[in-house]
Amino acid sequence: MTNLLILPILIPMLMGVILIFFKDSKTIQRIVSTISVVLMLIISSYITYTVYVDGIQTIELGDWPAPFGIVLVADLLSSSLIALSSLLALVCLFFAFQTFSAERERNYFHPFFMFLMVGVNGSFLTGDLFNLFVFFEVMLISSFILISMGSKRYQLRESLKYVIINTVSSMLFIVAIAYIYGITGTLNMADIAVKISELEQTGVVSVIAVVFLFVFGTKSAIFPLYYWLPHSYYAPPAAIAALFGGLLTKVGVYTIMRTYTLIFPHDETVFQILLILGGLTMFIGVLGAVSQFDFKRILAVHIVSQVGYMIMGIGIFTNLAIAGTFFFLVHNIIVKSALFLFAGVTEKITGTSHLKQMSGVLKTHPYVGWLFFITAISLAGIPPLTGFFGKFALIVAGFEAGHYFVIAVSLVTGVLTLFSMWKIFMTSFWGEVKFADPEGENKKVGKLLIPILPLVALTIILGLAAEPFMQFSLELADQLMDPSQYINSVLKE
Amino acid sequence: MRNTPVQLHVITRIVAFIILAFSVFLFFAGHNNPGGGFIGGLMTASALILLYLSFDLKTIKRVIPFNYSKVIASGLLLAIVTGIIGMFFGFPYLKQFFDYFQVPILGEIELTTALPFDLGIYLVVVGFTLLVILTIAEDDS
Repeated sequence: MTNLLILPILIPMLMGVILIFFKDSKTIQRIVSTISVVLMLIISSYITYTVYVDGIQTIELGDWPAPFGIVLVADLLSSSLIALSSLLALVCLFFAFQTFSAERERNYFHPFFMFLMVGVNGSFLTGDLFNLFVFFEVMLISSFILISMGSKRYQLRESLKYVIINTVSSMLFIVAIAYIYGITGTLNMADIAVKISELEQTGVVSVIAVVFLFVFGTKSAIFPLYYWLPHSYYAPPAAIAALFGGLLTKVGVYTIMRTYTLIFPHDETVFQILLILGGLTMFIGVLGAVSQFDFKRILAVHIVSQVGYMIMGIGIFTNLAIAGTFFFLVHNIIVKSALFLFAGVTEKITGTSHLKQMSGVLKTHPYVGWLFFITAISLAGIPPLTGFFGKFALIVAGFEAGHYFVIAVSLVTGVLTLFSMWKIFMTSFWGEVKFADPEGENKKVGKLLIPILPLVALTIILGLAAEPFMQFSLELADQLMDPSQYINSVLKE
Repeated sequence: MRNTPVQLHVITRIVAFIILAFSVFLFFAGHNNPGGGFIGGLMTASALILLYLSFDLKTIKRVIPFNYSKVIASGLLLAIVTGIIGMFFGFPYLKQFFDYFQVPILGEIELTTALPFDLGIYLVVVGFTLLVILTIAEDDS
């Protein structure tokens, strides 16, 4: 049944609209959001299974045939990412139930949470470049609202920057789409891929590829364009920061993966640029993280450095590198969100997120401490957790392709990542008990930890089951590196 | 009010109805000709804003007692549900159906499922425009 593919977009959209009618009732809102996110999770897992068994699935919206109408396409990459994003939405929603004030929930938090998921799932699924822009906008406008909700002074200032930088890059997105429409006369990504490979004049294509890189680079926070991220992800409360940190930049990375494997795979220069930018992004990002002394800020700056690894993986552009990128992407979505949620938990306990004002959380709340420890070393890349295998695949791929310098940078970055995670653990969890909030010692946070558990479990399980998961990633990479599969299933040739 | 702008009130009453009638025309022209839910909705919203401007906020609120965020929501709901209908018959989402019917007085007309979809957009646009402008206007007091 082809209509299955629209459901991950349709369910949150419909439920989000229904939620507007029940704006004042906390219970109904919570029930409706939970139902819809659980449904999304089930359906997207089923889609992933179908794609894995039967190959790429497509649906032509409104029954208009492929290069003219809008198609939704689910290959292994997009279907597994919607499954993961639904899981993450569930986790963050439950965390939000525990931490959010009633007033915030009454101010349209739930509808916009749902609309954010519409945008995220839509961006993953769509096979049309302009439609991708539309879903980006849906996602961004919801994120503008979620990020500025609460109207603290700091929040408003940072969200203004976030809005402006994203609007500028959206404008350039339109420009890039117009260019590509100008030379190919189509917006369907598969059709564009066919037309561009037949094109003789490649200079224009390089220019367009770089404009796209600028747009997606702003969204995914790569080197010269990342400065908006650390501050604006610091502003919102933990549940929202976790969702943003886990998902939004990764949507940018996904679009880079999609467009560069499908539309611009012939362009050597662009991959060189990607490699350089990847190296710079991870190194400068991690330097930022090392210099910070605030729990949430360290995590926010770390996003930048982690995105660098993925960009490097796409830049190396071999099957193994793409598989490693996907592995690392999944790892990062899981671990980064978990860490943001841990930052929320410790802030709840100690009343601060500044490292120098808290220490000894491990003594009063050992479970929080050790769960954080597992997640943190997973981020730093210690075996047998997911972070290690993702980086390992990337580094092996880099050696095979002979990009020694960027590999060296990534190894140094790994060490510095370990150092910054170590810094958090040593200062805030280790040592004598000292909290900014004197009542913190007796606070019970067991309930807050429950939503994080699946994420921690997942990083352990995927780490231990790295072999089958790597097989899956390699299969996914084969699918991505061979665009004809995607093209044939969309255009039905 | 100290001095009521009589001319403005009289003209607004007439002009608002002309604009409203034109917006309905644009809305129905929409399917195959220039027009549609979006532009029709904007036109309606402009007529209502004209009323808000010439009379005062309180009076018009009494006349049009809608909660505009609910208007937006119902518009969205209508549009989404219209798209879903096709799914029950095994077609992809947003599949459009149309047929020609004989109606007394009007003669032969074309009825399409794009119309309720367009009506949804119309409601969203009207609700959104008025909500934004009224929120800014109410900020003053």
